[in-house]
Amino acid sequence: MKTAEEMNSTHSPTEIPDEWFTNKIKDTDTAESVSRPSLSYWQDAWRRLVKNKMAMLGLVFLILLAIMATIGPIVSPYAVNVQNLPEQYQSPSIEHWFGTDNAGRDVFTRTWYGARISLFVGLVAALIDVTIGIIWGGISGYKGGRTDTVMMRVIEILYGIPSLLVTILLLVVLGPSLLTIIIALTITGWVGMARIVRGQVMQIKNYEYVLASKSFGAKDSRIIRKNLLPNTMGPIIVQMTLSVPTAIFAEAFLSFIGLGIQAPFASWGVMANDALGAITSGYWWTLFFPAFFISFTMFAFNVLGDGLQDALDPKLRK
Amino acid sequence: MLRYILKRLLIMIATLWIIITVTFVLMISIPGSPFNSEGSSNATVQANLEKHYHLDEPYYIQYLLYLKSIVTLELGPSIKQPDQTVNDLLGRGFPISFELGILTIAVAVISGITLGIFAALRHNGVIDYVAMGLAVLGISVPNFILATLLIQKVAVDWDLLPVATWSSPAHMILPILALATGPMAIIARLTRSTMLEVLTQDYIKMARAKGLSPWKIIIKHALRNALMPIVTIMGTLLAGILTGTFVIEKIFAIPGMGKYFVESINQRDYPVIMGTTVFYSAFLIFMLFLVDIAYGILDPRIKVHKRGGE
Amino acid sequence: MEKILEVENLHVTFSTYGGTVKAVRGVDFYLNKGETLAIVGESGCGKSVTSNAIMRLIPDPPGKITKGKIHFKGKDLTKFSEKKMRSIRGVDISMIFQDPMTALNPTLTIGTQLMEGLRDHHKISAQEAKKKALEMMNLVGIPNPEERLKQYPHQFSGGMRQRIVIAIALICEPELLIADEPTTALDVTIQAQILELFGKIQVVTGISIILITHDLGVVAKIADRIAVMYAGKIVETGTKRDIFYRPEHPYTKGLLHSVPRLDVKGELIPINGTPPDLFSPPEGCAFTARCPFAMEVCDKVYPQESELTGTHKVDCWLQDERAKRLIAAK
Repeated sequence: MKTAEEMNSTHSPTEIPDEWFTNKIKDTDTAESVSRPSLSYWQDAWRRLVKNKMAMLGLVFLILLAIMATIGPIVSPYAVNVQNLPEQYQSPSIEHWFGTDNAGRDVFTRTWYGARISLFVGLVAALIDVTIGIIWGGISGYKGGRTDTVMMRVIEILYGIPSLLVTILLLVVLGPSLLTIIIALTITGWVGMARIVRGQVMQIKNYEYVLASKSFGAKDSRIIRKNLLPNTMGPIIVQMTLSVPTAIFAEAFLSFIGLGIQAPFASWGVMANDALGAITSGYWWTLFFPAFFISFTMFAFNVLGDGLQDALDPKLRK
Repeated sequence: MLRYILKRLLIMIATLWIIITVTFVLMISIPGSPFNSEGSSNATVQANLEKHYHLDEPYYIQYLLYLKSIVTLELGPSIKQPDQTVNDLLGRGFPISFELGILTIAVAVISGITLGIFAALRHNGVIDYVAMGLAVLGISVPNFILATLLIQKVAVDWDLLPVATWSSPAHMILPILALATGPMAIIARLTRSTMLEVLTQDYIKMARAKGLSPWKIIIKHALRNALMPIVTIMGTLLAGILTGTFVIEKIFAIPGMGKYFVESINQRDYPVIMGTTVFYSAFLIFMLFLVDIAYGILDPRIKVHKRGGE
Repeated sequence: MEKILEVENLHVTFSTYGGTVKAVRGVDFYLNKGETLAIVGESGCGKSVTSNAIMRLIPDPPGKITKGKIHFKGKDLTKFSEKKMRSIRGVDISMIFQDPMTALNPTLTIGTQLMEGLRDHHKISAQEAKKKALEMMNLVGIPNPEERLKQYPHQFSGGMRQRIVIAIALICEPELLIADEPTTALDVTIQAQILELFGKIQVVTGISIILITHDLGVVAKIADRIAVMYAGKIVETGTKRDIFYRPEHPYTKGLLHSVPRLDVKGELIPINGTPPDLFSPPEGCAFTARCPFAMEVCDKVYPQESELTGTHKVDCWLQDERAKRLIAAK
C-alpha cells in the first residue's frame, strides 16, 4: 500500500539519513495556533459587508442619493414648484438635465426634492418603528410570563390589521400631509419589529452569559443595556434596512392613488402619478426619472439589507 | 387543533372589532360632518345618510347601530352616486377584483416556488444568479411603475396585447403580470432560502440514503417543509395583492372594486371609503385566519405546541 | 472469509472559498461478510466523509472523490452512475445517522418514511409493505407498531426514533449497514439498548456493519475489528484485541489513555494540541506535532505501513529498525 505522498516523495526509506531518527522535535505547544486575527464582532461584520459587491453598490448609491438630496435642490437654478408653462415637456438638455414636466418644472430639481421626501419619510418611519418595537418587544420578551402574554395578544390582534387600508383611511380623514403619512405608516409598522426583538430577547436571555451576569447581581437595566441590546442589534438593523423601502413604496403608492404629499412638496410618487398621462405622448423622461429612483432606491435598500443580514450573522463566519 | 382554531378565531374577531371602532371614531371626528360636503346637497342622499347612520342619535347609540349594520352586512350609501350603496358597488366590482386577485396569487405562487426551487438546486449557479437578480428587481420595482411600463412597451409600442377593461383572457395577461411580479419575487427568494436550509437537513440525507429519486426527495421531503415559511407570509402577500388591485385596476381601467375605491377616495365619498375599508379588512382578516388553519394542517407539530413567538 | 467491501486508496477533497480541504487522503480497509468494523477517530478526521463516500453521498460540488476504488461485492462503486447508485442505496447498503431528532422528516408519518424506500425499490402493494413495516418495528422493538405507524416523529422519544431510523435502514434487507455515530446523541442507558439491538440484528440478519464512532466504549462492545483514523488517513488497524491490548501507534495509545477505565488505575492523559489543518496537510506524519515520540523523520516523510501480524498493521516510524535501536539504547 502506497499513498500519494509517498509516491511523490523524493525519499525512499533506505535513503533517509540516520540522524533524522535521533533529532527530536518536541514542541506540542506550537500545534495550537490562532487561525485568524481576532476582530471585534462589528469589525468582522464590516469586513464581510465590504466583500459583498451588491451590498456595497447599494450603500454607495444611497450615500450619493443622500448627498444629492441635500445639495441637489440648492445647486439647481430652478425652483421646485414654480410653473413655467412655455417650457412644458422639454426633453433632457443642457438647461434641463432630466427635462421638464407638464407644468414646465425642472425634473432634475424635483427628483432630488423627491429624494428628500422619500428618504425622510422612510428613515423617520423606520426610526419610530424601531423605537417602539424595541421597547415593546424588549419588555415583552424580557419580562415573560403574564406581561408577555398580554403584550403578545395586542401584537397578534394588531398584526391582522391591513396597514395600507388603515393608512388610506387616516389620510382621507386627517388630510394628506408629511406628518399624517408618517403617523399612518408607523401606527402598525412597529409590530413586525416588536416581534423580532421579542424573539431575539427570549432566546438570548436564557444563554449562560446572561444568567452569569444575573447571578452576580446585575440589575435588569444593566443586563438589557450590556447583554441584550448589543446582541439583538443585528436583526434589528436588518429589519430596519428592509422597512425603509416598505415606507418608500407606501409613500409612492399613496401619492399614486391621490393621497400623496401636496404642493409645494414633490415626492417621487406624485411625479410618477403626474407623468402617467404624458407617457403615451412620448414624454418618457417625466416618468422615467421618478420611476428609476423609486426602484433603484428600493433595490439599494434591499441588497444592503441582504448584505447586512449575511454580514451580521455570526453563524456565517468563514 | 380545535383549541388552536378557537384561539385564532377570537383574535380575528378582536382585530375586526378594532378596525370597525377605529373607522367609526375617524368618521365622527372628520371636521364638520363628512356627510354634508359640497357635492352631497342632494336631498335623497341626505335622507339616506341620516337613515343609515342615525345621525340624530347620540354617539354611543350611533356606534352600536353602526356595529349592527356591519354585522348585517349593510355597508351604507354613497354620497356621490345617489341611490347607490356600497353593497351595490361591491356586488358589481368585487367579483372582477376577486378574479384578478385569485389569478395573480396562482401565478405568483406557482412561478415563485418553481423559480425558488431551481435557484436552490443550482445554488451559486447561473440559474441561481439570474433568478435572484430578477427577484430583487421584482421586489424593487413598484407594481404601478411596472404596469405603466408594460402598457407602454407591450401594448402601445409592440401592439402585442390589448389593455383596458376585463373582457377577454388577453386583457388579463398584463394586469396579472404587473400585479404578480412583486409577490412572485418574494416567494421565489423565500423558497430559495428555506430550500437551501432544508436541503442540508439530516432527513434529506436520510431520504437520499434510502435511494429515492431526486424529484421525489424534493417534492415529498424538501418542499413540504420549505413551504411552511411561505404559508406564514401569505397573509402579508394577500394584503399586498389586494391593495395592489387598487392601482392596477386604476391604470388598466378594470371596472373592479379597486377602481371604485380609488374613485371614492379622489371624490372624498366617505361612506364608500369606510364601507369598503371595513369590507376589505374583514376579507383579509378572514384570509389570514384561513392561512393560520392551513399552517396548522401542514405542520403536525402544531397540535402539540403552538407556533412560537417568532 | 468473503470480503463484502474493499476500499482502496480513497481520496476525497472539498473545494471551499479558503482552498481545497483534503479530508480523506488515501484510505484502505476491507470488511468481511457478517463482521463489524469500527472506524475510530476525533471529529474532523475524515471518518464520516469516508462513510458518505461509500454511499456516494458526498455533496458534489464542493466534495469530490478524486482517487481510489470502492469495491462492493466485486464491483467498483466509484464507477457507478447516479441512477445505478440509487438502486444500491437502501437496498444493498444502508446508512444510519447520528442524530435521530433530525434524521426523520417532521412532516411525514413514521409509516410513510418507513415504507417509501421499500415501495420505491420493490414494486409491492401497500398491504405487503405494511406487513414488512410491522415486522421491522417488531424487530427493532417498538411496542404498538400498528398504532405507531400513523404517528409523527415528534411523538417519539430519542431512543425510539433511533430504533425507527434503524428499521428504515433495514427494511430492504441490505447486506451492509453503515452506522455514523449511531449512539452519540443518546442518553447512556439508551445507548446500551441500541448497541444491544445492533448485536441482535447481526445475529438475525447476518448483516455486515461499519460503525463510525469516536467513543471507544461503543467500540469495545460491538466491534470485531478496528481502524483508527487520524487527519484523513488510517494510522492503525487490527482486531479489537490488537488495538485494545497491543496498541502501537502513539495516537491509538493516546486515545486509549484518554478514556476512563475501571480496571486500570492511573491518571487520564489527554492528547495535547489539535489536529492539523487539512487545507495543507503536513508532508510527513500528521500526528508529529502532538506526538511525544516525534523524530525529525516523522515531520519529513510519511511512514510506510508495517505489518505486525496478519491482522494488525500500523503506519509509524517507531516501527523502523533505526528507531527501535535508539529506544533500546536508552
